[in-house]
Amino acid sequence: MTNDVKVSIRNLYKIFGSDPQAALEDVRGGMTKPQLLEQRQHVLGLSDINIDIRAGEITVIMGLSGSGKSTLIRHLNRLIDPTAGEIRIDGADILAYGEEALRQLRQERMSMVFQKFALLPHRTVLENAGMSMAIRGYSREEYESEANRWLDRVGLGGYGDHHPFQLSGGMQQRVGIARALTSNSEIMLMDEAFSALDPLIRTDMQNLLLELQNELHKTIVFITHDLDEALKLADHLVILNDGQVIQQGEPQGILLNPADPYIEDFVSDINRARVLRVRSVMEANEGEVDCIAGEVDHDDTLEHVIAKSRGDTSASYRVMKDGNQVGVLDMQSLVRALVPTHAAENGVRASMSD
Amino acid sequence: MASYDFIFDSLGLREWCDGESKSGPMTMDQLLGQAAGQDADQGASIWELPFPSLDALNEACSAMPQTRNMTKGLEEGFLAVKDSLKFILDPLTQPLSWLLDGALYVSLSAPWWIVIPILLGVVFAVTKSSKLVGFVAICVFALAFIDHYDYAMKTLSIIFVCAFLCVILGVPIGIAMSRSDTMQRSTIPILDMLQTLPPFVYLIPLIFLFSVTESKLYGIAIILYAIVPVIRLTDLGIRLVDKDVIEAADAFGMSERQKLFGVQIPLALPNIMAGVNQTIMMSLAMVVIASLVSAPGLGVLVLRGIRNLELGVGLVAGLGIVLLAVILDRVTKASLARINATQNQ
Repeated sequence: MTNDVKVSIRNLYKIFGSDPQAALEDVRGGMTKPQLLEQRQHVLGLSDINIDIRAGEITVIMGLSGSGKSTLIRHLNRLIDPTAGEIRIDGADILAYGEEALRQLRQERMSMVFQKFALLPHRTVLENAGMSMAIRGYSREEYESEANRWLDRVGLGGYGDHHPFQLSGGMQQRVGIARALTSNSEIMLMDEAFSALDPLIRTDMQNLLLELQNELHKTIVFITHDLDEALKLADHLVILNDGQVIQQGEPQGILLNPADPYIEDFVSDINRARVLRVRSVMEANEGEVDCIAGEVDHDDTLEHVIAKSRGDTSASYRVMKDGNQVGVLDMQSLVRALVPTHAAENGVRASMSD
Repeated sequence: MASYDFIFDSLGLREWCDGESKSGPMTMDQLLGQAAGQDADQGASIWELPFPSLDALNEACSAMPQTRNMTKGLEEGFLAVKDSLKFILDPLTQPLSWLLDGALYVSLSAPWWIVIPILLGVVFAVTKSSKLVGFVAICVFALAFIDHYDYAMKTLSIIFVCAFLCVILGVPIGIAMSRSDTMQRSTIPILDMLQTLPPFVYLIPLIFLFSVTESKLYGIAIILYAIVPVIRLTDLGIRLVDKDVIEAADAFGMSERQKLFGVQIPLALPNIMAGVNQTIMMSLAMVVIASLVSAPGLGVLVLRGIRNLELGVGLVAGLGIVLLAVILDRVTKASLARINATQNQ
């Protein structure tokens, strides 16, 4: 976790309406989203966003619909311009970019995958995959091999001559991913890329993405409304609500220490055994301990350990990382970690059931 | 006394009214009233009170203009600008005359055994349907068999030239409309007017502007009438292109030009083709009316049928026009369907 900051977002505000600058003063003066809507008929899209997106990591931005996550990701390639704030990529302020520089940024350094695929329906799969290179002026002969390479990599070898409408949703999104990869950009923006797919295919695609990421180490910004998906993919998790960042950090940390009732509500629904990992609940201890039942890897899920222990809660395990002992896992603390901290007694759901 | 004397009296304008008493010739109403032995100005009962129109006010005050002065003024105004308008429009529209005359010359001077195969070749190229080619062949041979080949060819070549120019002019206008709301707002009333104005009405000023012997006269009339659908549907088609696809094009850094030619026009093509189909059909409708101003073709025969009450001539020519309409419609629809099939929309 010592990678360089690739994209840094500072004090970003976005207000939709006829006079956003005037409304901005009110928001800075402490006006909330409902007040702004009622008194000034402006919609607060994003409010004081500060995020550091590190190179080579998957940063997941999670929130429910209307939380501003899609607005936020469109600021990164300036499909939407902010009302106030700063966005820096490799230290350069992209808000100062002119049209030409911006187009170059979008062509060469960023690529995007869309929820509704957004492929060009009149072009073949190969032409779609090679779209970013075609835009840069490469001829078909020049981009063909590169596009085919990535189509093969996402499992669509041989489909180059098909048209998008001949493919299923999952396959179309694979074309979308191949299109983003062919552009060979450092940053990939994924806007609810898997939300339109059915659950099994979605799991497939998540695995494909993780596999690709292990190989390519791109800087990925992934938007989702699905916490399971967020926890599975995220190196860094940002939770957004009503245009504000509620909590951000390592997903395990957020799960174990939710910062407010909203997030407690969220995480109380999760299958914690599948998400939490041994390193998050173990006790750091490099010394010898008694009654060790076996060894587990620090990155194993708790579910894996439970299966291994066959339900025996009295055992302890030695936690290994790269062949060295880094800690001890006590089954009882494991079981305790499976219970949500306190299931949001004063949270949103509690207040709704009253 | 006229009904509205009191207005001018109370305003103290009586002197002004009578001072310019250059009472023009009587209007038809006054003449009829006199013939019927009525007093032109009774104005006794409130039931008889006429609407205070220009003519009624003129009765009370002869200095007021009459309505016929307005239509006359319009006419004089038009005649006054006519020469300068002609000076600009004449050279601008001259290529249209050349195109029309050229097309007529080529289609008529080339022998039928060359023209018909070329025609069928074009049909096959745009539709890829041999059934349709057969149908067109039967129709053309039938028309030729009853000695309507020349007339039909004249009509067809006029339609081809005019529809081609409609597309050349209409698509860019439609694109401009789709990109700017101001442009759209200002163009739509003009399109509405062109579409609803009875076609005879814009023949009148055109006759003043150009001589009836020039083919551009009917060419302009046809283009004005038929260009509307291709403009409207180009605008609509481009505006209807999926926003997500446009966003993707932006996100990958397409320039405006790449977006227009690589995404927007190809995706709007089904709508544009529907517009072209409508434009061709409307050109055919107008080419018949334009025979009033010397457009050659089947319309001339229809006109002859009306003028000389030659029922048979008119009917056969009318049926020939129907046949052409069916051919043109089928062929453009088939090529539209082919585009749709590749886009699956």
